[in-house]
Amino acid sequence: MTVTLFIPCFVDLLYPQVGMAMVRILERLGHRVVCPESPACCGQPAFNTGYWDESRAVAAKVVDQLKSAEVVVIASGSCGAMMKVFYPDLFAGTPLEATARAVASRCFEFSQFLVDRLGVTDLGARFPHKVTYHDGCHSLREMHIHAAPRKLMASVRDLELIEMRQPVCCGFGGTFSAKFPMISTAMGEVKCDAALETKAEYIVSSDSSCLMHLQGLIDRRKLPLKTIHLAEILAAS
Amino acid sequence: MNTAAKQFVRDATRLSADLRHRGLIQTALGKYEVKRDEMKARFHDWERARQLAADTKWEAINHLDQYLDQFVRQLEARGTKVHWASSARQARDLIRGILAARGARTVVKSKAMTAEEIHLNEDLERAGFTVVESDLGEFIVQLRQEPPYHIVFPAMHLTRGEIKDTFEARLHDAPSDTPEELTMVARRVLRQKYVEADAGITGANFAVAETGMISITENEGNARLTAALPTTMITLLGIEKIVPRLEDLALLLPLLSVAGAGQLLSGYNTLYGGPRQPGEPDGPEEYHVVLLDNGRTAYLADAEQRDALHCIRCGACLNVCPIFRNVGGHTYGTTYSGPIGSVITPNLRGLPDWKHLSYASSLCGACTETCPVKIDLAHHLLQNRRNASRVKPSWWQKLAFKLFAPVANSQFLWRWLVTKGGRVGWVFHRLVLGTRFDPAYAWTRTRDLPPIAPQTFREWWRARQNGSAEAGNGGNAAKP
Repeated sequence: MTVTLFIPCFVDLLYPQVGMAMVRILERLGHRVVCPESPACCGQPAFNTGYWDESRAVAAKVVDQLKSAEVVVIASGSCGAMMKVFYPDLFAGTPLEATARAVASRCFEFSQFLVDRLGVTDLGARFPHKVTYHDGCHSLREMHIHAAPRKLMASVRDLELIEMRQPVCCGFGGTFSAKFPMISTAMGEVKCDAALETKAEYIVSSDSSCLMHLQGLIDRRKLPLKTIHLAEILAAS
Repeated sequence: MNTAAKQFVRDATRLSADLRHRGLIQTALGKYEVKRDEMKARFHDWERARQLAADTKWEAINHLDQYLDQFVRQLEARGTKVHWASSARQARDLIRGILAARGARTVVKSKAMTAEEIHLNEDLERAGFTVVESDLGEFIVQLRQEPPYHIVFPAMHLTRGEIKDTFEARLHDAPSDTPEELTMVARRVLRQKYVEADAGITGANFAVAETGMISITENEGNARLTAALPTTMITLLGIEKIVPRLEDLALLLPLLSVAGAGQLLSGYNTLYGGPRQPGEPDGPEEYHVVLLDNGRTAYLADAEQRDALHCIRCGACLNVCPIFRNVGGHTYGTTYSGPIGSVITPNLRGLPDWKHLSYASSLCGACTETCPVKIDLAHHLLQNRRNASRVKPSWWQKLAFKLFAPVANSQFLWRWLVTKGGRVGWVFHRLVLGTRFDPAYAWTRTRDLPPIAPQTFREWWRARQNGSAEAGNGGNAAKP
């Protein structure tokens, strides 16, 4: 099938290897991948800050670009939640509502797409490391994705998954991290402590934005941890 | 920034860096999570129980007029005097009036967040009454002249050493810091107060419309003594406490204890239906019920957020909230803290002054996930933000988002302004990184920032589409 891959701004600019890994995996599975060059953002920053009109200016273009897509795969659980869960709210009562709902119904986060839509769990990857998995809050609680990434990791050779005690937020929260940096940092520290407790080498996640926050803290505090996106592991062999 | 927001940021900054506070709260709530999960597992189907409870509260809130009417008629039939207070001031005046008419001087109180909401204690003390909190946690924070730290655990921020010091300073009686001995001290003091008190004031967990009864949940028996010993009893409750039927309690009582305290059922669950009836050996001579509106009716009119009135004040959303767990209850500066406080306070007390609470959230949704009556808390925070930006937009944020839209929507601008411009900007940014001159100081003060990749995804994709050799990984993450 033709998969429309939506690459959000921070994956584009800061973590292009995550998008590249997704393209390679999808192509290896025999699908045609298309990537709309613009817009580069789903509109979540404005939406979460309360500026829904301004958010709509970006989101309307996303909806327009994706309206004829067969399936949309989003390279982030958070942007996925924006498009799948919040677009219907954002466009409620506007002429774009029906289109936004139709697009939302065809949106998948990457791991969810592989497992729930394609029924693929084993990509033949090998990753000989101890890892722990961070559920991005939007993936977990808005998209209700819990099993899919774990099924994918279970099929990775020599990967050992050690779970943290509770699925807690990493503290990023978009503009929250800059509006309330002290709370955001404390939350990130709590998260890093939970990850350190597992003695894992890597924090794996399906959300590069969470990983950016955690890696930022890890680098600053020189913690014995690394972060990696799930797609990068799955593309490794 | 207004005064409330400034105080929030100041206290949040101090407490989120206070590792002792963090350890104390994380440990206490970590233990709670274990107990809660154990008790949840004893439900046949916890998710279905939540849905049933939400449906029950939905029915009550969406037919509040009928159920309140039924509740009041039942109460009055047994001789209870029912009072309606539309505001906090009116409720305080009513209660002061009742106490004065009864010639009361000393009042013993069981735990009631509604009383905190209307600042009842301060008002009664100013009017010359002596008010004693009888819940152990409330008793402790009252001795320290602090507001409760948490809806359910008022003194959870204190160590037993601090409680011992408080008892020593205020009661001159603290044999040791063991919980048993400290409890015995409080018990000796409080037993005397029950006997001396002229009136007892309680809150309510539920108000049963069908039977006209108040349901109070507690673990210490203090509410029962508060209700049984003094000759006058007053119950202050918000109008949203209504449940339609007595049998609803069969679900709501265990749900409240499990969600709030990780207890299958609280120690004492008592129903109060009126003053002492002819032939009964105990109970108050007079029973007054004060029904408080204080903004609730206006809340009811908001169809989008009406479900916030489902709240049974269990405190579960506070317990799981990573914001609450790092900044603590006092930081909010409100009666209701945590996610429920951040949702309702801006609506009850004014968006301009309290909107910062709705912004002080990563929107992680742990609150929505845990709420036993399924209030859509995280999404209500988003709606508050939307409403706040409509009422009083911040011009620079509005401008920034306005300018962002055409940039994100244009291939050309994204490529030249953000991607290539960002690389040039990085050269200069590096010079001030992490210093006061850094425009991203809020981030870089405590966290590193990755640079824009040598080859962005869109650059790679374009090169690939144009048939040039597939470029390598130009990313920022550590390689295995």
